[in-house]
Amino acid sequence: MKKIPYYPGCTLKTTGKNFEDSAIATAKVLGLKLLEIDRWNCCGTVTSLTQDDLIHHIASVRNFIRVQEMNERGEVDDYRLLTLCSMCYNTLKSVSNVMQERPDDLDKINNFMDREEDYKGGVTVVHLLELIREMGFDEIKSKVKKSLGKLKVSPYYGCTLLRPKEVALDDPEVPTIMEDLLNAIGVDVIDSPKKSMCCGSYQTVRNPKTVVRLGYEIIESARKRGAEALVTSCPLCAFNLDDRQKEIKLEHPDFERMPVFYFTQLTALAFGLKKDVNNFDLNFTDPRPLLKKKKI
Amino acid sequence: MSKKIIEITDEGNAFLEKVNELSGQVVTLCDQCGTCSGCCPMAEEMDITPSQINRMVQLGQVEVLDLEAIWLCASCFTCTVRCPRGLDPSKICESLRQMTLRKAIDYMDIRDISEKEMRRLPQIAIVSAFRKFTG
Repeated sequence: MKKIPYYPGCTLKTTGKNFEDSAIATAKVLGLKLLEIDRWNCCGTVTSLTQDDLIHHIASVRNFIRVQEMNERGEVDDYRLLTLCSMCYNTLKSVSNVMQERPDDLDKINNFMDREEDYKGGVTVVHLLELIREMGFDEIKSKVKKSLGKLKVSPYYGCTLLRPKEVALDDPEVPTIMEDLLNAIGVDVIDSPKKSMCCGSYQTVRNPKTVVRLGYEIIESARKRGAEALVTSCPLCAFNLDDRQKEIKLEHPDFERMPVFYFTQLTALAFGLKKDVNNFDLNFTDPRPLLKKKKI
Repeated sequence: MSKKIIEITDEGNAFLEKVNELSGQVVTLCDQCGTCSGCCPMAEEMDITPSQINRMVQLGQVEVLDLEAIWLCASCFTCTVRCPRGLDPSKICESLRQMTLRKAIDYMDIRDISEKEMRRLPQIAIVSAFRKFTG
């Protein structure tokens, strides 16, 4: 089994545990062992967007040093760092790019971190969706044991997998990677024009009303086209689109709850994996009644 | 109707230069086409639109720092991938926020969030909000 360094990030250990467990189980089926990097720390969750703000890149660079060490010790077969959370993916990949493009800034960071070995550069960041695409969607298809054909699901990309384009894992305007995966596992894919519209992100803390407005637009736009559920790869989108349905319902009394899956929960279902890897108790809107109705 | 003449002061010029330096963008490249304002998911709640933010910076109007719009930007980068001038308005907004945060003036106070809400929010939300809204 191929071993790859894996960065979980904070939320996958708590409210996003359903994402982590289902992803690890999915990866196993695909012959991938995710080796959690030791002493990982927060990636920063968002990238510094000012030119002179190097201090906030350090958190990500420290994680790259862990990958470097794992490779030096021969524990892994890959110089790439695998992420599941879209925001970790975006932050780590942006920092990896900055360090590649601005060697002087990397020198400054290395000089500042005098208790760490120097980061030599070269660690690239990869999302599980990219690894799946690399294996080929036919490979995925061959692992499917259970038909999800009756499930009408709309992919929700959000921002951080697709933008800015230096970080994007697919075409920022016309992405297909999630559709390709969902098609491979036999889901009835519903396209929605708001699939890459921002859910409001961290505004959920300071301005939850904004998130309620955007969440309602995103969910209703998918529903109008026949979707029964959304699928995401971001624990913050999941909170904003799923947990905030409580507030959406207060604002719009006619609103009906819509389950939000992590894409790995659907692959785990399609691969016929043990039900406990999906931890559906952590999904705010319980998807089990829908699955039962569809006899899945 | 008489035209209003806007004078760009030395202070205003220095402000524009500072935003250019922090953001790594040349804000004067913005030709006010409005693409960013058209695609911004937050624009309808903002007091001025993203292209107006750029305009105020071009004219050296420091008052832009007092507006709500720069804080409503969620760094979703929709404008960034669509700007026909190749500008990154997300970086411009971040620079403007940083100019306030670096004076130790926070946009968000943790005491305004109820304990119940703090327990409910995932870490990813709390950390990112603090990264964006506090210095």
